[in-house]
Amino acid sequence: MTIPENLLYSKTHEWVEKHGETVRVGITDHAQDSLGDIVFVGLPAVGDRVEIGKSLADVESVKAVAEVYSPVTGVVLSVNDALVSSPELINEDAYAAWLVEIAAESFEDLLDAAAYGKLLEEEG
Amino acid sequence: MYVPQTSDDRRAMLDAIGVKDIRSLYDSVPDSIYLNRPLDLPKGRPEYAVSRMMEAYAENNRRYRAILRGAGAYDRYTPAIVRRVAAKEDFVTAYTPYQAEVSQGVLQSIFEYQTMICALTGMDVSNASVYDGATAAAEACAMCRERGKTGVLISESVHPQVREVVATYVESATGERPTLIPTVGGMTDADALSKLLSTETACVLTQQPNFYGLIEDAEKLADLAHSAGSRYIMSVDPTSLGVMKTPREYGADIAVGDGQPLGLGLSFGGPSLGFMTCVSSLTRRLPGRIVGETVDNEGRRCYVLTLQAREQHIRREKAQSNICSNQALCALTASVYLASMGAEGLRRAACLSMTGARTLLRLLTEIPGITRAFPGEFFDEFVTFVPDSGRISDILEKNNILGGLPLTIDDKPAILWCVTETVSEDVLHRTAQLVRKAVEG
Amino acid sequence: MKLVFERSLPGFVNNYLQDCTIPADFSSVRAQKPSLPEVPESELARHYTTLASQTRGVNGGFYPLGSCTMKYNPAAHEAYAALPGFNVHPLAPPDAVQGCMAVLWDTQRALCEICGMDEFALQPAAGAHGEYAGLLLIRAFHRANGDTVRRNILIPDSAHGTNPASAAMAGFHVVNVPSTSEGLVDLDALRSLANEETAGLMLTNPNTVGLFDRNIEEITRIIHDVGGLCYYDGANLNAVMGIARPGDMGFDVVHVNLHKTFSTPHGGGGPGSGPVGCKAFLRRFLPAGHIIKQSDGSYISETPESSIGRIKLFYGNFLVIVRALAYILTLGSDGLKQASEIAVLNANYLLSKISDLYDVPYPGHCMHEFVISLDRFNKSHNVRALDIAKALIDCGIHPPTMYFPLIVQEALMFEPTETETLATLDEAAEALRSLYRMILEMPEHLQNAPHNTAISRPDETLAARKPHLTFQ
Repeated sequence: MTIPENLLYSKTHEWVEKHGETVRVGITDHAQDSLGDIVFVGLPAVGDRVEIGKSLADVESVKAVAEVYSPVTGVVLSVNDALVSSPELINEDAYAAWLVEIAAESFEDLLDAAAYGKLLEEEG
Repeated sequence: MYVPQTSDDRRAMLDAIGVKDIRSLYDSVPDSIYLNRPLDLPKGRPEYAVSRMMEAYAENNRRYRAILRGAGAYDRYTPAIVRRVAAKEDFVTAYTPYQAEVSQGVLQSIFEYQTMICALTGMDVSNASVYDGATAAAEACAMCRERGKTGVLISESVHPQVREVVATYVESATGERPTLIPTVGGMTDADALSKLLSTETACVLTQQPNFYGLIEDAEKLADLAHSAGSRYIMSVDPTSLGVMKTPREYGADIAVGDGQPLGLGLSFGGPSLGFMTCVSSLTRRLPGRIVGETVDNEGRRCYVLTLQAREQHIRREKAQSNICSNQALCALTASVYLASMGAEGLRRAACLSMTGARTLLRLLTEIPGITRAFPGEFFDEFVTFVPDSGRISDILEKNNILGGLPLTIDDKPAILWCVTETVSEDVLHRTAQLVRKAVEG
Repeated sequence: MKLVFERSLPGFVNNYLQDCTIPADFSSVRAQKPSLPEVPESELARHYTTLASQTRGVNGGFYPLGSCTMKYNPAAHEAYAALPGFNVHPLAPPDAVQGCMAVLWDTQRALCEICGMDEFALQPAAGAHGEYAGLLLIRAFHRANGDTVRRNILIPDSAHGTNPASAAMAGFHVVNVPSTSEGLVDLDALRSLANEETAGLMLTNPNTVGLFDRNIEEITRIIHDVGGLCYYDGANLNAVMGIARPGDMGFDVVHVNLHKTFSTPHGGGGPGSGPVGCKAFLRRFLPAGHIIKQSDGSYISETPESSIGRIKLFYGNFLVIVRALAYILTLGSDGLKQASEIAVLNANYLLSKISDLYDVPYPGHCMHEFVISLDRFNKSHNVRALDIAKALIDCGIHPPTMYFPLIVQEALMFEPTETETLATLDEAAEALRSLYRMILEMPEHLQNAPHNTAISRPDETLAARKPHLTFQ
């Protein structure tokens, strides 16, 4: 399982990349591996408000669906349209396949790469 | 009956399990609940005795020689091959095709059904069917529901039972009942509709032909709905699509209806099937089962239940619909009907019905006291005012004809007549004769 | 196999109806005729015979699907459903259809006795539909009492997916109730979750791991004590007919599945029928189209005073109900009880023949079904529940239910039903024992199963990523 050093992580297996007040959110390599082949991504609309801990998007595999929880409170600035036609991009490279870009107002407590690695060990 | 073991078998099984009797297998049932008396039902009977009982039930219903009543259930001709195929025991006794490797027959038949229903309605995608036309309409309204758009507008010219079912479903989901669009001359009032539409309207639902048999100006209704940012749902009669403009041509986003006329017989109302089709952008909002084409790991073409992550067994309380069963055997029946009749057979059924209906309309309106209630283009049902619907129904009953459905329109007695391809011209003349007698006599 | 469209002969017409021209006055004509098949009847006969040969039904072999009750569908029932006297218009006047109404009434009364209920409504077309109707009854009851705070339905985490989905459709919020390590309802958790916001509880008993929860009276009491109602999912009724009745367990509303317990055919996924029953105090909320018997002995349909409304066209899946009534009349009080007893006997027998080899999460006697787990073999040999299920196909046995209930990892749920012989059960046990040996000796063979079918494992990912839902 890869865990890039430059990103932050939530306990529910989302990754967060900060660019000032804008963040990009995706799901981790561990998450995509647990789901299996991803067949569909349900993304929010640009302009939607999102809240820490509430569902931001959902990701479907053949036999399951997983909620993606928002690690920030804010407004959706853009969504990764490429995922609509090619959801498999998340399986191929979970950290390149960002889901949503958000203008963040507040953040939940996020883990660094080392802490996330420890979480995976404990859960495993 | 139907427990194929001997008492020796059972003894051997109890020994293998290590208990002395079957009662011990029920130790977890508390004594306070364990039923200590037989069920208060008669004991079992041999098949012969039951067959006589079932025949007695069946005989205690009137068999008409002709049926002139529609209103959601149509007496149509079903080619013999349809029943033959639908009776094949592998189709009858199969489970839901979750295991694709042993269910290619069922899966392919559903794929064919989906294709045929789309061909009929002009839409892009179909599901594998839902319970009936009324629940299909209700599920279609759920498909259109979004944040900020939950309002449902239904025309008064939609079948009353369909309106009732939609109202039940919509109210339990949103807390609000649908709003009725009034009619004028038996048709949806477009002016009233434009006043009722708002940015909160999720969908507009009308029926084509409508409950009174009339062809609505659906293109206008679709335009009004879309201009207000609402979706347009059309409930259609599948037989009429043998000749009629399709919901797609009228601009509908979703087309639903009841598949009973497609080889399912009257059957006292069930089982039937509800078909649901839509434009491709709404595919993922379709409820229930859907079959898709794919390949196996050796590249062979095959079929599977797909897009399952929409459904209740995966989404649970987050599913848009709780639906699990479809009406598989009924959908198979409908697809055999459509495949055997083809476009030409369906066209003939439609034209024969329309011709017969026009003949009956002419004959009836020649009788003083009987006038057509709503002028306008119609398919195979129409409404006439009558002086006394009870007298007319009675005289037809006595002659073994099921007359049209008695209604009240603007406080006046009326009858909704239907003529299908199964009604001969002789019967139409006889009917007119009898009605004349009832009116004049 | 060819698609029916691939058998079309352009322009071919089967001469079923006489030719006719469209009336000249009609202008709303479709631009193009529908692209339906143009296949000669003889070719259609071949086509559907081919499809049928690629369809596995209960009449083709052992079908131990847990929670589905794939029992034998009696041949006589098809003849009864085809009686011409039942092919009548649902809107014919009541005096013309007393026979049909009698079928409905007699079925209502019989189901009341079997379930310990006071009323039964036959309109729901399937189990999920019955659940929805039953939950609407609960909602109507609380509203009539001015009780608008009750928004929660308590549902065990082991429940079938339709339970929470139905609750959501009926406008409720779902609260999950955890199970104990024995697979039963956690009573302490239930007590802490039940409160003044509880509208009701949905439960099946025996539960989805095949156990009868002996605490059932306490469970229903806990809910009643906070003013909630109890809903019984009748999917597992086949274990307890004539032995235990939901009405005696403290349930207020139930639904039954005629296509499970009452032998009506599954038809490849339907039509089913999911009648909903209730105690007398809920009678006034029943759906429209309810059959009652008048003082002169005749039947009529009515809409109760505070009805939840209509949930289906006309009266329900009538011909399915005909078959279920015939089943009840044929089996009678003694036969129904015997069916349940043998269902439980058969399940325990099959379990006893494989429990030395496979992991049984809930040991001891089961009811009419049992669950095994392949979790250990998944970790040790990479053989999953899916692989064993697919390998059973090669043994001529339809796979059991997979990956349900959710509280068991790599679950397989077996429900033999009472209509299986000892020989069939022995063969099934032997098949499972030989698959066990294969897990140890050649797991790859299982991972690629089935081997003897016309197609092998389909690419479900492709089907979902690139949906191809009609023939172009």
